[in-house]
Amino acid sequence: MALDDTIMETGNYPSALLEKAVNEFNKLPGIGKRTALRLVLHLLKQEASELENFSSILHELGNNIRFCEKCNNISDEKICNICASNKRDQQVICIVESVRDVMAIEATGQYKGVYQVLGGIISPMDGIGPNDLHINNLPERIQNDNVKEIIMALPTTMEGDTTAFYIYRKISKLDVKISSIARGIAIGDELQYADEITLGRSILNRISFNFNANEDY
Amino acid sequence: MYLKDISIINFKNFEQFEAEFSPRFNCFLGNNGVGKTNLMDAVYYMSFTKSHFNAIDRHNIRHNADMFVIQGNYLRKQDDVKMHCGLKRHGKKQIKCNGKSYEKFSEHIGLLPLVFITPSDTDMIKSGSDLRRKYIDGVISQYDKTYLKQLLKYNRALEQRNALLKSINPKNPYDEDALLIWDERLHQTASYIYQERQKAVDALLPIFNHYYSEISGGREQVSIFYKSKLHDKSMKDLLVDSRKRDLILQHTGVGIHRDDLEFDLDGHPLKRTGSQGQEKSLIIALKLAQFEFIYKTTEVCPILLLDDIFDKLDALRIKQLVDLLSDDKYGQVFFSDTSETRLPDLLKQVEVDVRIFNIKANPNYEKTSPNPNHDFTDADIEQSDAERSG
Repeated sequence: MALDDTIMETGNYPSALLEKAVNEFNKLPGIGKRTALRLVLHLLKQEASELENFSSILHELGNNIRFCEKCNNISDEKICNICASNKRDQQVICIVESVRDVMAIEATGQYKGVYQVLGGIISPMDGIGPNDLHINNLPERIQNDNVKEIIMALPTTMEGDTTAFYIYRKISKLDVKISSIARGIAIGDELQYADEITLGRSILNRISFNFNANEDY
Repeated sequence: MYLKDISIINFKNFEQFEAEFSPRFNCFLGNNGVGKTNLMDAVYYMSFTKSHFNAIDRHNIRHNADMFVIQGNYLRKQDDVKMHCGLKRHGKKQIKCNGKSYEKFSEHIGLLPLVFITPSDTDMIKSGSDLRRKYIDGVISQYDKTYLKQLLKYNRALEQRNALLKSINPKNPYDEDALLIWDERLHQTASYIYQERQKAVDALLPIFNHYYSEISGGREQVSIFYKSKLHDKSMKDLLVDSRKRDLILQHTGVGIHRDDLEFDLDGHPLKRTGSQGQEKSLIIALKLAQFEFIYKTTEVCPILLLDDIFDKLDALRIKQLVDLLSDDKYGQVFFSDTSETRLPDLLKQVEVDVRIFNIKANPNYEKTSPNPNHDFTDADIEQSDAERSG
């Protein structure tokens, strides 16, 4: 029987430090006790300098990572490099749920505006209300930066739509265009496999034919 | 449409069961606890991807078994339809139609229409309004897929709104906009649901009246009323009016989740004046109206399951019912009864293809039962289910 199996079965850790480390790793999403132990034992096999490096990165992450004061994106400075860039159009704001969505949109290379990261979606059942999200500074931001357009890029769930509606209510009196990302058939998809709702919407919200736009596959 | 054959493994009390059915009348006969109702439930399962009785799916797996499988072959509008339903105790449910799995089981509902009449249906008359809403929802969602989606959306928004109302306290004060967004969601879906319910009740009423007089011999006059606060006001206005109350009670007091159906017999609410036989006649008339309604809207003849047909009805009403169902308009019907002779004798008088199944207690079942001399009944199964889930 392997060492980690023995430990898992008896619950007897040969060292209290080891147990502590396993419990910490166990807190991470998708990591069970067994995997946690495997990761810790792996780290112990590394050179001491490697481990030193690893822990100092974690330390720095905890102390130095900040959230951008404008858009709530993860940043090293007070203002993130997207908000600080003079190549970005500060008058277009794309509203997204999380930092991962920023990374996804950035990966497209299609967007030259800035973001507003909500940090979640309104869902009273999960105890998340508007005040838990990064929404309150938005009207002020629109006025200060003379923003021309707000693009909603939230999840296409009921909670996502409801959050978009909440934001819409907060800013609809301001002089700003409010749009929403298109929903439709994915590039490279065959129509017969599309779900009815998406296909129905694609028919209703059809766009003028543009031959060049269809060359992305 | 009809079910040609069925094959069952480890479903409820059956270790294994296979049968070929008549396209018209099929009778499951046998003593209490042999599994007549469970067979009907298996047929129900293939239409609705769930049991009519057990909300918790793994409770349908036979004791000590690891999985159940129900398979059936149908003929639907000249096409063969092969159904497969399977569940492993620790796995995911699998519903396959002609070899293809469904992503969402709700996509399947309506393909194999079915109406189930059980003795417990009469609860619908006396108990709370949720069973009556369930009935009308069941009628509509078998022909209108949008309805089911809207209903699910409504329930979700309602849960969110109630959660929000519960979360309001001095530390977390009331934010009007946060409430309004859910009001808007409820309004959108409730308007659709309300319209469809009204339409369905209007369309059901004449059919229902016709059936009731057929069964009762025309002696009594019945009626259905759809009761809803949306008759007078839009959902939005109702929510505005009840906001103060909702904030105090911390839940949503108005909406289509409070709708009700009222049944009247000769001008009086049946709830108070009806006899058990009249209640049962009303339920059968309601279900047959549902049958006809589904038939009309889908052009597929639903399967009819009549569990414990002699329950509470007098001989005359049963005769009327059997005569009615022997009309060519009806398709496949499954009956169940405890007597081996009563139903076959009655069915001899009608010119319809009848197949009789004498169901015996499953010998293999007793091997796995904790007490080999003990005959299991449905009640026992439910009891042990309750123990396990408790």
